[in-house]
Amino acid sequence: MTHTAIDLPRLPIGDWCAAVVLWAQENLGPILDAIYSVLRALDDKLAAGLHVVPALLMAVILGLVAWAASSWKLGVGTLLGMLLISTMGMWDEAMDTLSLVIVCSVVAMAFALPIGVAAARYEAVSHVVRPVLDFMQTLPVFVYLIPAVLLFGIGVVPGMVATIVFAMPPGVRLTELGIRQVDREVVEAGHAFGAAPRRILTRIQVPLAMPTIMAGVNQVIMLALSMVVVAGMVGAGGLGALVYQGITTMDMPLGFEGGIAVVILAMFLDRITAGLAGRSPVARVSKATARA
Amino acid sequence: MPAIEAEHLYKVFGRRARDGVTRLRQGATQQELNEQDGLTAAVIDASFTVEEGEIFVVMGLSGSGKSTLLRMVNGLLEPTAGSVTLMGANVTSAPPKTLRRIRRERVSMVFQHFALLPHRTVLENAAYGLETQGIGKAERARRAAEALELCGLGGWGDKLPGELSGGMQQRVGLARALAADTDILLMDEAFSALDPLIRRGMQDQLLELQSRLKKTILFITHDLNEAMRLGDRIAMMRNGRIVQIGTAEEILNDPANDYVARFIQDVDRSRVLTASSIMEPPVAVLRSEQGPRAAHKLMRENQLDTLLVVDRDRRIRGTVGEQTVVRAVETGTTGVEGLLERSVPTVSPDTVIADLLAEAADSEVPLAVVDEQERLVGVIPRVTLLTALSNTSATSEGGPDGEAQTDSATDPQPDPPAASAHDAEVPA
Ligand SMILES: Nc1ncnc2c1ncn2[C@@H]1O[C@H](COP(=O)(O)OP(=O)(O)OP(=O)(O)O)[C@@H](O)[C@H]1O
Ligand SMILES: [Mg+2]
Repeated sequence: MTHTAIDLPRLPIGDWCAAVVLWAQENLGPILDAIYSVLRALDDKLAAGLHVVPALLMAVILGLVAWAASSWKLGVGTLLGMLLISTMGMWDEAMDTLSLVIVCSVVAMAFALPIGVAAARYEAVSHVVRPVLDFMQTLPVFVYLIPAVLLFGIGVVPGMVATIVFAMPPGVRLTELGIRQVDREVVEAGHAFGAAPRRILTRIQVPLAMPTIMAGVNQVIMLALSMVVVAGMVGAGGLGALVYQGITTMDMPLGFEGGIAVVILAMFLDRITAGLAGRSPVARVSKATARA
Repeated sequence: MPAIEAEHLYKVFGRRARDGVTRLRQGATQQELNEQDGLTAAVIDASFTVEEGEIFVVMGLSGSGKSTLLRMVNGLLEPTAGSVTLMGANVTSAPPKTLRRIRRERVSMVFQHFALLPHRTVLENAAYGLETQGIGKAERARRAAEALELCGLGGWGDKLPGELSGGMQQRVGLARALAADTDILLMDEAFSALDPLIRRGMQDQLLELQSRLKKTILFITHDLNEAMRLGDRIAMMRNGRIVQIGTAEEILNDPANDYVARFIQDVDRSRVLTASSIMEPPVAVLRSEQGPRAAHKLMRENQLDTLLVVDRDRRIRGTVGEQTVVRAVETGTTGVEGLLERSVPTVSPDTVIADLLAEAADSEVPLAVVDEQERLVGVIPRVTLLTALSNTSATSEGGPDGEAQTDSATDPQPDPPAASAHDAEVPA
């Protein structure tokens, strides 16, 4: 088997992509600057807030959050997990990572919700969005980092941009799915009583789609966490930087400890979003119905 | 101004639906359109008007296009051709904002599959129409609770719809539409999920509500007995077309085609035909200012042993019996006032035959049919009732005196000419 290409003129696709990035670099300066400062500011503020609180107190607070969102068991587990991170000496890095994950997830969902809603409502939008999402989701994660670094330089922001782009697709997809799944007749009932489309969206479609949307939020957060770790390579800091340092210096204990800290954060974030999803009115309804 | 006016409505589902309408107008059938063009013609050339305060029933088998027709009336579906007007406002061409206002203020709907908001309580569901109308929270809750009470759901307001049985959910949908208090109600098989007993109750309630509040109701059902019970007029639908529009009696006595005839075959006529359709002109009636002699003559001529006695305005005063009359003639009493038996069974022209039975059972004299002003419009001797009953189950012709039935049915308050002529002959 030979690897000669089919006899067609070679399309310089890579060059084109690079050209787009370069063009953006030269012509979208003000926009890029604005994105940079907004993301930077968000992350700085949140990280500073997380760092102000002493580790022990913070561990208790997170435990209480977990308890409120889910169960006392998760609360205790969270408390123990956070204390473990602290004893491994990775508290500051963990808080940096948590801050990145939260900011990136919020921004990603802020884009995903309206796009998902539009895709659910307009067939045309759905047709355009779908392949773009496939592309965003399947492109190897490292590939995001190259243009991100070219556009925003080394540091936290390119990592955040790459994370947002990478984590957004399930948010869009599940928002669209959730809204499409809402019983057509229930939406019709809204129309039949003369409700405005916006109110039907906010009072009927979104609440009823909430369990699915929350599943999307959960996935967005998990993807964001995994990407934030990768982004540690381009200077995004946090636990990712520790893991990366462990890999490059063949420091196995450091690598393992960093990995364990990531897993603890992941479990915490996963369980509380799942817990919150179970609290949406619709989920309560189906539970109530199951009881009846 | 009619409350609802539908003109040549078509609804065709599929690509290039308009071409489908053209084909249908050229005479293509629903089946051809489906097989050759892959189009579903759900409603074909449907025209009807519903007057204010009328209950108009659309009746047909599953898939005949009833729900599709209803959805075009409030604009949930846009007709492929034709137009709908509600109280003079064109729904079909209305811009979205106007359409929303029409829906809020004029027309509410009960859905076939309930379409309740599962994340809201029963009370909040019932209040939904009021919410879109922008009514304050307290007022909303009060009126929704009233509507729930009316539908037999008092005390269930705090539950979620998912915790209720199907029949109860259907009643929440009903309460939601009633609470909105619009002049027009669209009801898509609104009672289909109810137990027979509750269903009867809800039908009675709807009729009662209707006579009190004069709502205009477009009611869909596939139950002919329900259609006949509720409908002032009934539209029979088949394969997307309206094949006949008429009153229950018109449809029973004169089905437009074999399809309708087969449909009505096993209707319980005793629950459909009313007193007005079998009553006879009150021939032998005594006026209260006449005397025992006149009474005696009337009895002899008509071979009766009791006579109805009415006053100048044809209001019933009572009856006189043969023996009393004979004795009065012998003793030379003048006037019949002193001889009257007061208890006379009266029924309204709208009473169905089945309900006449109980009245007739313990009465010697013929049933007196009286209008709203208590004026005598007809009588039903026991033998007439029995004949009618024996006919109701058998033929679709309405029996040997079918002609007379149709006449009195079309003219519900006939001025009985025979009676007055007779009165004139009797010497005072
Ligand atoms: N949105 C739609 N798309 C395509 N076809 C439809 C749609 N809605 C209804 N139809 C078709 O139109 C026809 C009439 O349906 P419709 O729901 O009006 O009947 P129906 O008389 O209300 O029946 P049922 O008594 O079962 O409720 C059916 O063949 C149905 O499959
Ligand atoms: Mg239907």
